[in-house]
Amino acid sequence: MSERPPSGLAVWLGLADNPFTRQKTVRFGDPSALRSGRVWSIIVVVGLLAGWWLASVFQWIEPFYWPPLGATRDRLVKLATEGFRNIPLWQHVWISVFRVLMGVLLGALAGIPLGFAMGLSAVARGIFDPIVEFMRPVPPLALIPLIILWFGIDETAKISLLFLASLFIMTIAARSGVASVAVAKVHAAYSLGTSKRQVLTHVILPNALPEIFTGLRISMGVCWSTVVAAELVAADRGLGSMIMIAKNFLQTDTVVIGIALIGVIGYSIELLMRWAERKLVPWKGR
Amino acid sequence: MVYALPDAGSVHALERVSLAIAAGEIVAVLGPSGCGKTTLLNILAGFLRPTRGTVTVGGRVVDGPGADRGMVFQQGALFEWLTVAGNVGFGPRMAGRPAAEIRATVAGLLDTVGLAGFADTPVYRLSGGMQQRVALARCLANDPAVVLMDEPLGALDALTREKMQGLVLKLWQETGKTIVTITHSVEEALYLGERLIVMAPRPGRIEREFRLPFAREGLGVDARTVKASPDFVRVREEVLGMIWGMEEQIMGEAGS
Repeated sequence: MSERPPSGLAVWLGLADNPFTRQKTVRFGDPSALRSGRVWSIIVVVGLLAGWWLASVFQWIEPFYWPPLGATRDRLVKLATEGFRNIPLWQHVWISVFRVLMGVLLGALAGIPLGFAMGLSAVARGIFDPIVEFMRPVPPLALIPLIILWFGIDETAKISLLFLASLFIMTIAARSGVASVAVAKVHAAYSLGTSKRQVLTHVILPNALPEIFTGLRISMGVCWSTVVAAELVAADRGLGSMIMIAKNFLQTDTVVIGIALIGVIGYSIELLMRWAERKLVPWKGR
Repeated sequence: MVYALPDAGSVHALERVSLAIAAGEIVAVLGPSGCGKTTLLNILAGFLRPTRGTVTVGGRVVDGPGADRGMVFQQGALFEWLTVAGNVGFGPRMAGRPAAEIRATVAGLLDTVGLAGFADTPVYRLSGGMQQRVALARCLANDPAVVLMDEPLGALDALTREKMQGLVLKLWQETGKTIVTITHSVEEALYLGERLIVMAPRPGRIEREFRLPFAREGLGVDARTVKASPDFVRVREEVLGMIWGMEEQIMGEAGS
């Protein structure tokens, strides 16, 4: 019996085995032996869109609960050209992204040196350990009331909140990066005549980079969730505030568009960070 | 040397170890696990301070690690964020040597250890054997007086290991360095020890010392010939017998 090799398309869709999965007999329990299953993903996405379209055409759902397809498209065009409440859509997006970037940047600038100090000095560890360990399990959202009491609801307040959200993540990441250095590497460096300062900059720092990067990625994710939530509570610009205000005007279509944008941007940030990680710390996990 | 453990216990790791190593000697230290051979090497390297006694290298008392004693570790001590050339040139670069001089040193050493053409390869892409070649070259680039090796070939497969033993002998001949190797392989110890120190456990001490011709023979003929010679086999069996005796004694004590 001669078998025709499956076409590339069939393999991509997951309708046929590729040469690697074909040879495997054990499939249940070995995820690498599974087909791509992409055909199902396509069916689901197309099905959801078709359902939305049918529901719009036949007016199955009240626009109050879920907006019709055409109206949503019109709203998106309107948001992109005229903006929401006289503020262009891109500004709502940018202000949210900007807050996240500032929060993560400031958190990293303070957290990385703090984490290094805690990993390298008994005094620093003793001083900051209770604070860091106490703040670690506190969700950043729980700080919002305090931040509002301290800073009001202006820009400082939002960036301070994101700074705090990122600070403890970055501190812990940097500290564990320092702790992860194999003592053989440090010994090897000293045996090569390296000074303490050189061990810090040429061994401990590069060795901690993968952990620091993981910290940055987690920070980005947490800060993105936090900024949206913070904008829901108190802001007049930003994606979170846009959907909250749109709700007050019963603009379900704007709410849906805002939620979709929040998802797309969060996912893009994650992809961008993974890409940067592969480029900047290619030895990670080797 | 009483080695204090992090959990506040302690082990009598070494008892009155006295050892004089001449410049240019190649010495192998062999013993069953727990005989304190790694402790001994860590004291020589300056990573541990002995409870009593001193280590002197060329008249200077050792107090901490230094560039005069190069280390080759079993594995995991290369800097994986650097290329092969970056690793080999690390010592001279930290010492602030001129770039041209470092380049020449690195190129020469990579040639010697058989890694010419791999200068720009990241070290995490190399096989275990090639990584240990980098570790040897990195150590030699610093031109230390003594090379200390802690199970340098322990993680390699048998074939690669034998090739690397030949490389160590070749480097010994070409550089004239004093080399001290810790190993748990009897064959390797016989081959890489002009002087073979056999250590016994509990407390760790020097049990016996051999002066062996095999390292010098290995410079001329290939490793298999040396290791198959009747002399080699006879000494190997004798040393194996000693080690087995110690192991059984440990087991007996543990069982009683």
